Amino acid sequence: MVINQQEEKATTTASPHPEVTKLRELVYELKIEQVMTQQVITVSPDDSMRHLKEVLRLNRISGAPVVHDGGLAGIISIEDLIRALEAGKIDVKVGEKMTTEVQTVFADESIIQAVNKFARLGFGRLPVVDRQGKLVGMLTQGDVVRGLLRQLEMEYHEEEIHHYRASHIFEDIVSDQTGLILRYKVKAQDFVRCGEAASKLKRALERLGAKPTAVRRVAIASYEAETNLVIHTTKGGELIAEIQPQKIRIVSVDSGPGIPDIEKALQPGYSTAPEWIREMGFGAGMGLNNIQTCADEMHLNSKVNVGTRLEIFINL
Amino acid sequence: MTLAEVLSIIEGKPISADLDLSRKVSMACGADLMSDVLAFTHAGTLLMTGLTNPQVVRTAEMAGIVAIVFVRGKLPPPETIALAQDKDIPLLASKYTMYETCGRLYQTGLPSCGLFRLTADSWSEGSASSSNPPA
Repeated sequence: MVINQQEEKATTTASPHPEVTKLRELVYELKIEQVMTQQVITVSPDDSMRHLKEVLRLNRISGAPVVHDGGLAGIISIEDLIRALEAGKIDVKVGEKMTTEVQTVFADESIIQAVNKFARLGFGRLPVVDRQGKLVGMLTQGDVVRGLLRQLEMEYHEEEIHHYRASHIFEDIVSDQTGLILRYKVKAQDFVRCGEAASKLKRALERLGAKPTAVRRVAIASYEAETNLVIHTTKGGELIAEIQPQKIRIVSVDSGPGIPDIEKALQPGYSTAPEWIREMGFGAGMGLNNIQTCADEMHLNSKVNVGTRLEIFINL
Repeated sequence: MTLAEVLSIIEGKPISADLDLSRKVSMACGADLMSDVLAFTHAGTLLMTGLTNPQVVRTAEMAGIVAIVFVRGKLPPPETIALAQDKDIPLLASKYTMYETCGRLYQTGLPSCGLFRLTADSWSEGSASSSNPPA
């Protein structure tokens, strides 16, 4: 209900931050070269208006750019042809009847530039040139509409696939207790790659459509756990995440050296991290506290020379 | 506040290529201790730091940091820039010290993440879109 009210409000009052629709975004995003017609039918200024008539008729077009020596010399339309016919000047050259001050758009401009020009000038088509002035295509309002529709369709399709791939998994695969298990091996002392496991887990949850706040808590907790494996273990360890529809269980296990005094380790600021770790901004003795803050439930067990097992639950 | 405004206030420079300067930050934090960043920041934060290793980018990714400003004219190593590119986190540089960079931004009204009355982190379905971050 609240959302509905807001939507209504947004449409009735002029908001200082107007909502940017997908279509509006695309008008700025798409480039003219992506939607223009590349095969352009051209005429030469030395062609006769009679020749032009045939070109227009055979190709079912209502105008053509006039190209001379590779450059755009002008534009000629069916209206120019009709005027020439009325005046009985069907055999004069295109060069005499064409419009020489041609409005063009650049291929690498956004289509918003073309849309504005169409609206302002009322033309049916605009020649597209590159930055050197060479004719590279033609653009009609139809091209713009077709280009936008094609892009929208493509993005819609992608979204459909994307949506299907992940977020419905718990509805599609039914059991009494469905869980998705992701395992990540974490190497000891490998600080360069530290964070990759947490990053992948974060992305997985996003793909599954979890709430941003829950994703953030999982990301921070698993990152701290991963960092602990990298900093403190002798042989690395493993991060195991079991994702269920309502909650996630993350287990971090390693095979040593183990924590001699768990109570001390849980004190904020207590750290056994070496100097080089501290120089990187870690090892301040806040890791386990951060994990505890993010988790809804946390269990820590450790035995010296055997290993450590940290288990946390976060409600999704 | 947009990243473009941030850059003009701190007289900074973009480090990342093809930076989207229209992205918005709603609060800021200055820290060299990444655990503090993870503990005290909220999604939508601008991070000022003197550390330049790739773990800063990792931390930003996990904490939902919008962009990172490296202070004192420090430039990050290529691996940090590459990781930021990969994670789509803009990097900026400030020639000023941490204190002055933060001070300049604070003076214009960009709140500290500690005092920011949190909307993003207390997201519930209905309230999320109604809360406006302070200007």
